[in-house]
Amino acid sequence: MTTLTRPSTMATAAIVGPGNIGTDLLAKLQRSPLINVQYMVGVDATSDGLSRARKEGVQASHGGVDWLLAQSELPDLVFEATSAQAHLANAQRYKEAGITAIDLTPAAVGPFVCPAVNLNEHAASPNINMITCGGQATIPIVAAVSEVVPVEYAEIVASIASRSAGLGTRQNIDEFTVTTAKAIESIGGATRGKAIIILNPVSPPMIMRDTVYCSIPADADRQAIRDSILRMVVKVQQYVPGYSLRSEPQFDDPHPRWGGKARVAVFLEVRGNGDHLPEWAGNLDIMTAAAVRVGELVIEARGAVA
Amino acid sequence: MMTPQSIAGAVERAPVRITDTTLRDGSHAVAHQFTEEQVRAVTRALDDSGVQVIEVAHGDGLSGSSFNYGFSRTDELRLIAAAADEARNARIAVLLLPGLGTAHDLLLAHDAGASLVRVATHCTEANVSIQHFEAARALGMETVGFLMLSHRVGGAELAAQARVMVDAGCQCVYVVDSAGWLLPSDAAERVSAVFNEIGADAQVGFHGHQNLSLGIANSIAAYEAGAAQIDGTLCALGAGAGNSPIEILATVFERMGVPTGIDVDKILDAAENVLEPLITRLPVADRASIEQGRFGVYSSFLLHAERAADRYGVPTHEILREIGIAGYVGGQEDMIIDVALQLAATRQD
Repeated sequence: MTTLTRPSTMATAAIVGPGNIGTDLLAKLQRSPLINVQYMVGVDATSDGLSRARKEGVQASHGGVDWLLAQSELPDLVFEATSAQAHLANAQRYKEAGITAIDLTPAAVGPFVCPAVNLNEHAASPNINMITCGGQATIPIVAAVSEVVPVEYAEIVASIASRSAGLGTRQNIDEFTVTTAKAIESIGGATRGKAIIILNPVSPPMIMRDTVYCSIPADADRQAIRDSILRMVVKVQQYVPGYSLRSEPQFDDPHPRWGGKARVAVFLEVRGNGDHLPEWAGNLDIMTAAAVRVGELVIEARGAVA
Repeated sequence: MMTPQSIAGAVERAPVRITDTTLRDGSHAVAHQFTEEQVRAVTRALDDSGVQVIEVAHGDGLSGSSFNYGFSRTDELRLIAAAADEARNARIAVLLLPGLGTAHDLLLAHDAGASLVRVATHCTEANVSIQHFEAARALGMETVGFLMLSHRVGGAELAAQARVMVDAGCQCVYVVDSAGWLLPSDAAERVSAVFNEIGADAQVGFHGHQNLSLGIANSIAAYEAGAAQIDGTLCALGAGAGNSPIEILATVFERMGVPTGIDVDKILDAAENVLEPLITRLPVADRASIEQGRFGVYSSFLLHAERAADRYGVPTHEILREIGIAGYVGGQEDMIIDVALQLAATRQD
């Protein structure tokens, strides 16, 4: 695949952060008909990710963002796969250079985007934030239910393999719950959102699992809700093929402890594509897959492709 | 006359601090339906008995009120404030599970009157607690770390995880037998390993469950291995088959000549006349909870598994067994419905 000559009309991109996420992004972008990765940027000369990128024919440097912005040909897009702190420092520089940033860190400089739900609103934004892995997995379902009935409260539980949770996530796990809960409200459409994350160390590692609970009116049209959820799953599968329902959505009758509301519960599995990251790391895969999708849709919206 | 104290002889034993968690772990057994009045009555009785630390929160800790774990009847901050208001000498503790509760929740609990926090992680995931220990110390709170499902790893791994917590500002690390799986020798091995690692810098604690009726025996073994803090609840009210009954802990430590600061007559009275009349269903070691001890299943899954069994027509103990085999950890209550659905589907085939 990598030997194919790419059309000159393709948009160009840089990946900043040559770790596991950056390397997985590269693998996915190498298959993109719209985006050509021109640069891979890190800060460590001994990085495996940089040498892997060079083998793929990508210009790679440990000179950081200074090096990237000094290139005579700047990329159209930059995928930030570093840390929130790094992105906070880089965001303004990308903007001034006219590069659209797709941010996979929790920095939240730009608007939250879930490609299956709200990209159209933000396709022209200079900076787009990818929320969290749990958000990418669950917000489409909350949005699918919200399309049919008002959702007063939505709650998600994301279970991930311990080995897929990096130190950054662990040192600020509150950031995951707070950010995801906010996005369940602002993008999912729930009046109130709650997010829970569980790290499970079982061996062999468990595939990412997500559960979405939405409170729904007692007399809600359950068939319409079910159909909306199933349609949304197909939409997410377009960029995350391993995204699937474990079972039919489960409807529970109204309960006094639920304020007289009924409930729909949706059980999801997110199996990664196994590009650079293992299949069980669906939480990381859904971030890179969604970021690539956003990149492609941004380029499409621009009409930059002949 | 032979008094209980005189049996143990004159050797002075190290004291143990018994933390009561009737109003937190016990919350599981009442599906988080405690009222403010009940919290006041129980706190008053425990405080009168000389219990020094009383834990109050949703069973799954701060912010546990949810679809996944069950909604609280009364906002836990109100319950914490009520307990803090009733207690004259005892201090109020709260539980926090990172990934569910946040440092902000801790701040609210602190403002409501909690002065001690117990931060609980799965036994291999201690580093998710660092930000919460730092937040607690910044608030001037006493800190305890909970290594849950401690049976899943041996003493060496637990000791390494305990060190992570202590380095983050934790003052006592508990070996938590969330599944009631440990035998006394297992409890001793783990407490001893943790004690050897952190003993110079922090205390070690033990939290037992009654699924195999070993809560008290394990607590004694833990004490002998160096534990200075032990958990119990009135009438064993707690998840699974319940916790180590605090009235028996107090009695046994009295027999051993170990100072607890608890008046045994008063705590026996509190169990019989304050807690028991409030509770419609006390936990017992039945088939389902014994299977939890046998397969190492997080104790608070019990009532959720019973509900799923009811809803999907599969036996509770079979759900719990599958949960144990799959290696699910505390907090994964959603997997109970998933397992019940899979079992129900298999039965239809």
